[in-house]
Amino acid sequence: MHPVAERIQQVFPAGFQRAVEWRGDLAVQVSREHIHEICRYLHDNPDMDYDYIVHVSSVDWPDEAERFEVVYEVYSIRRRARIRVKTRVPEDDCIVDSMTNIWKGADFMEREVFDMMGIRFRNHPNLIRILMPDDYPEGYPLRKDFPLRGKGWRDTFSFIGEKN
Amino acid sequence: MKQPLEDQRTTVYKVDPEHPENRALPTLRTEEMMLNMGPQHPSTHGVLKVVLALEGERIVKATPVMGYLHRGVEKLAEDGTYHQFIPHTDRLDYICAMYNNFAYCRAVEKLVGITIPPRAEYLRTIVAEIQRIIGHQFWLGTQALDIGAMTVFFYTFRDREILLDFFDELCGARLTTSWYRIGGVERDFTPELIEKLRRFVDYFPPKIDEYVTFLETNRIWLSRTKGVAVISAEDAISFGLSGPTLRGSGVDYDLRKFEPYAAYGECDWSVPVGKNGDTYDRYWIRVEEMRQSLKMVKQLLEKLPDGPVMASVPSITLPPKDKVFNDLASMIQQFKLFSEGFKPPKGEIYCGTEAAKGELGFYIVSNGEGKPYRLKIRAPSFIHMGAFDYMAKGYMIADVVTIFGTYDIVMGECDR
Repeated sequence: MHPVAERIQQVFPAGFQRAVEWRGDLAVQVSREHIHEICRYLHDNPDMDYDYIVHVSSVDWPDEAERFEVVYEVYSIRRRARIRVKTRVPEDDCIVDSMTNIWKGADFMEREVFDMMGIRFRNHPNLIRILMPDDYPEGYPLRKDFPLRGKGWRDTFSFIGEKN
Repeated sequence: MKQPLEDQRTTVYKVDPEHPENRALPTLRTEEMMLNMGPQHPSTHGVLKVVLALEGERIVKATPVMGYLHRGVEKLAEDGTYHQFIPHTDRLDYICAMYNNFAYCRAVEKLVGITIPPRAEYLRTIVAEIQRIIGHQFWLGTQALDIGAMTVFFYTFRDREILLDFFDELCGARLTTSWYRIGGVERDFTPELIEKLRRFVDYFPPKIDEYVTFLETNRIWLSRTKGVAVISAEDAISFGLSGPTLRGSGVDYDLRKFEPYAAYGECDWSVPVGKNGDTYDRYWIRVEEMRQSLKMVKQLLEKLPDGPVMASVPSITLPPKDKVFNDLASMIQQFKLFSEGFKPPKGEIYCGTEAAKGELGFYIVSNGEGKPYRLKIRAPSFIHMGAFDYMAKGYMIADVVTIFGTYDIVMGECDR
C-alpha cells in the first residue's frame, strides 16, 4: 500500500476503508463520519502538508446502497503529491461535513456539488445554488435520473411556424 | 493602494453609538448600498453579475452570481463517446481552445493508458505554447482596454491575428479548433507552416517590448494595477488559485515543471514568479511567459523529430483520414469508434494540465462503457471566482474591473 494510505490507516483505523492506486493516482475511501478529521490531518500534519485543493466532485451510483460519492482531490505543493479522498453517502441522508474551514476554496466547489448533485454540506457558510437559478425547481441536473434534455418544460414552448 | 478596511470606516463614516456628537461628518448617509454590476457589462468577458455591497465607493462585500453561460457540458459528456466530447471542450475556454483539447486528450490517454509518438508530442507542445501566447495577448489587450489603456489592444490583436491564421492553416478553424485527437493530433504541420512559425519566432520578441513600452510608460495603468487585487501566497494556495494568478503571489506551482508532460521536459525554460501578488506582478508574469513560450517553440522546432503524428492503437485511435476512404478496415475502424466508441477499463483518473489561465483538469470516472460515466471539469476561472469576494473587499468600485481582469476570466469555462 502507498505510505500515505498506510499512515491514514494507522492514525484513523475506524475511518479508513480502502485505498486504490491506479494509473499513478492514489485514492483513499474513508467513512463519512471521519472525513473531516482525516482532511484536517492531511492539511495540518507537516508530513502530509496537503495545502492545495484541486477539486471537489461527486459521482452518482443509483444502484448502490450508498448512492452518492463525494470526492476531494488535494495536492501538496511542497511534496508534489496528490491524493483523492472519497466518501459515500446514502440518498435519504446525503450530508457531509464541509471542508471550508480547512481549504477556503472548498466554498465554491462544494456549492457546485450541492447545485449539481444535491449533496449538502454541514457547516458550509453559504450553501445555495451557484450555476443553476436560485429558484430552480426541477432537482439536481447531474443525477443519473435527471433526463439529458431536462424535465420537459421546453416542450411547452411554441415554435415559429408551428400551429397550436 | 489597498487601505485596511477598518481605518476607512472608523475615520470617515462610522458613528460611535455612545458618543454620537463625535462624528466627523454628521450629514453623511452611512447605510450600505447594493449595486448590481453586470450581467451585461463590457468588462465581465462574458455574462457575469456581481452584487456589490458598498459603503461610499468602497466594497464591503462582493457576491458573484454565475451560471448565465451554463450549458451542462458535464451532463452532455455522459451522453457521447470519448471522441465526441473533443468539440465540446473548444467551447469551454473559447479563447484557448487548443489547450482545452490538449487537457482533455491527455486525461483520456491517461485513462486508457496509451503513449503518444514523439513527433505528436512535439507538435502538441508547440501548438499549446502558441495558444498560450494567444491567450496572454488577448488578456493583455483586453485587460488594459478595460482599465482605460486602449492603445495596446490594437497591437496585441494585430499579432494575435497572425497566430490565428496559423491555426486556420493548420486545422481550418481559428477559434474552435478541435485539432487534438485522442492518441495524437489530427494532421501534421506543412513545411510552409514550420517556415512561417520560424519567422514568427524572430518577429515577435520586439513586439512584446512594444507592448511593454505602451503599458509601463502609462502612469494611469500603472497606478491602477500596482497594489490592486493583492493576495498572499498562503491565501492563494488555500483558495486553490492556479496559473499566473497563483504565481504572482510567489508560488512556483506550474504543472509543466511539477509533472512534466508532452515535450516540456525536453526544452530549456523557466517559470516566472512574482513577489507582491498584485495585478502588476501577474501582468509581468504573463509577459514573461510569452517570452518563455517563444523560447520553447524555437527549441522544439529545431529538434522536431520525424515519425507518425498519431499513435496506432486501432481499438482506440482514429485511422488516418486518407485511408478512411480507400481502405475497408480503416473505414470500419472509423465507423465503430464514432458509433459505439472505445471501452476504457473501469477506474477513475484526474489529469491536470497547465493551461493559459491555470490548472485545467479533467476527472473522469469510467465504468467500462463507451461513454464517460462521470466527467468533471476543474475550470480555473470558476475556482478563481471563489476568491473574488476576498480579493475585492476594501477596494473601490473602479477596481472591480481590474480584479476581474487579473484572473484572466472566461465565463464559458467558469459556467461550463
